[in-house]
Amino acid sequence: MSSKRPQPYFSRSQVTLVRGLWMVVTAILAFMTLFPLLWMVSIAFKPAAESFSSNLIPQSPTLDNFIYVLTGVPFIRYMVNSFFVSATVTIVALFFHTMAGYALARLRFPGREVMFLSIFSTFLVSLPVIIVPLFVIVKAMGMLNSYAGLIIPAIFNAFGIFLLRQYYLSLPKEIEEAARIDGAGYWRIYWSVILPLSRPIMSALAILFFLANWNSFLWPLTITSDPNLWVVQLGIANFKSQYSASWNYMMAASTIVAIPTLILFVIFQRQIMDSLKTSGLK
Amino acid sequence: MTTIAETAARRRHAGRTRLSAKHREWIAGYLFVLPDALGLLVFLGVPMALSLVLSVYEVNGFGGYSFVGAKNYLRMWNDPLFWKGAKVTALYAVMLVPLLYVCGLGLALLVQRTDRFNAVMRSMFFAPHMVSLVVVALVWQFMVVDKIGVISKLTAALGIGGFSFLGDPNFALITIVLVSVWFLMGFYMLIFLGGLQDIPRQYYEAAMIDGAGAIARFWFITLPLLKPTSFFVIMVSMVAAVAGAQAFDIIYVMTKGGPANATSVLIVYIYQQAFGFGAFGYAAAMASILVVALMIVTALFFALTRGGRFHHEQ
Repeated sequence: MSSKRPQPYFSRSQVTLVRGLWMVVTAILAFMTLFPLLWMVSIAFKPAAESFSSNLIPQSPTLDNFIYVLTGVPFIRYMVNSFFVSATVTIVALFFHTMAGYALARLRFPGREVMFLSIFSTFLVSLPVIIVPLFVIVKAMGMLNSYAGLIIPAIFNAFGIFLLRQYYLSLPKEIEEAARIDGAGYWRIYWSVILPLSRPIMSALAILFFLANWNSFLWPLTITSDPNLWVVQLGIANFKSQYSASWNYMMAASTIVAIPTLILFVIFQRQIMDSLKTSGLK
Repeated sequence: MTTIAETAARRRHAGRTRLSAKHREWIAGYLFVLPDALGLLVFLGVPMALSLVLSVYEVNGFGGYSFVGAKNYLRMWNDPLFWKGAKVTALYAVMLVPLLYVCGLGLALLVQRTDRFNAVMRSMFFAPHMVSLVVVALVWQFMVVDKIGVISKLTAALGIGGFSFLGDPNFALITIVLVSVWFLMGFYMLIFLGGLQDIPRQYYEAAMIDGAGAIARFWFITLPLLKPTSFFVIMVSMVAAVAGAQAFDIIYVMTKGGPANATSVLIVYIYQQAFGFGAFGYAAAMASILVVALMIVTALFFALTRGGRFHHEQ
């Protein structure tokens, strides 16, 4: 008897209906997720009187908020600081991490596994739990209120080393051989074979590092009190204590700070999301 | 014709160069790792150790250190605000970890199919994670302003309003949790998508032929095969909840630990003690205890789940 025959197949219209409903639900949730960001941009274009009106599209859109933020406070200075710090950290970190990743993946030397495990274990150390001793050390090194203090401690993190090592492990053994037969030393192999091959992962990591540093708040907050050294995140956080009622200015400032990261994300979403996805398990 | 002597000589020669080549490889290896190893040691390793050292010292206003033994730890024991911070931290983690798990997995299942539409949806769900936490905190704070913020108005219209999202000690922490979930869920969605990708399609096909419905397939195939991913997600979100930058940044900007210390998680309280009151020794002592507690919890979790290696039939 085949009375309990399975019926895995639905009619065409049923499938279309379910899929259509599914897409509608997904789209509504996605809109809700994006809503706070849309709201931020909306308020940034609204005059102060309209800040708490409920319409998403401004009735009388204005650029005054942006103009005030860019001219009334040294916001451009904060942006330049942020850009300088983030770019420097990114370049130096990529340089150091590719070197370390290459050695940990492709060179054999005693203590390599121990080294890798100790680097890996720092994954669990987060900035908030070491902020006090780190501040003491950086202060003792004379880097308080300096670009060096903002930049140097931010360079070192296990995440980049780990991802690069995994990437280098996956490259075929033969790639170095031709170079080695030509008598190339390790530096030459690293510089002219490994680095060019790393371009795809390096661009993904460059974006991630840049964003992480552009967005970082706790370390700059701790290490800089001189407003000339402030990065944008400190700038807007401080903005809040000065203009606590001027939400239109704050949202304009927030928009200026968030837009570069969102644009980078839109352009590089594939690379960013793929590299984070592999960070989970591989 | 090659004589035995020649072969032996060549082999000896080869052996000698291999030995020196080996040493060259060692030296190259150390030199390549050196910059990062040194940096991680100075800016991560040493601070970890220094935290323990600082915890038995007291720092006065002029930066002078004096050894005080267990005094900081005793002070912790008798400090109601420390216990309050521990309680708030635990509450935050207990709410955040399951919510992130459900939201991350739910979103991943929602956009699992690979097509154009879902690619766009994934990016939209992930977008909040790209925004700085200061901006996240400011935008949400603006939306939940009492009575006139857009969310306050919306909840009022739905008949569940009338309370203050950040001003009421009963709701402030929940608000912080929801903002944290909004910021983090896209990242965990990605991790779950990676895990879902690794489940062979044949399992689902076989189950469909056996007549298993969507719920049965989820319960008997997806969930068991996602155990390594689940392990990773719970582990990472637990650490993020207790010591992550997102908790610090959001709370520091939105509530500074208030109202009535309702959102004063330990990392915020530690920061205030250190940089607000200059109590470096006391802050280091609390940080050390926090790290030890975190290590115990993760080790327990690791032991209970056998490191995420669950047994399942292949």
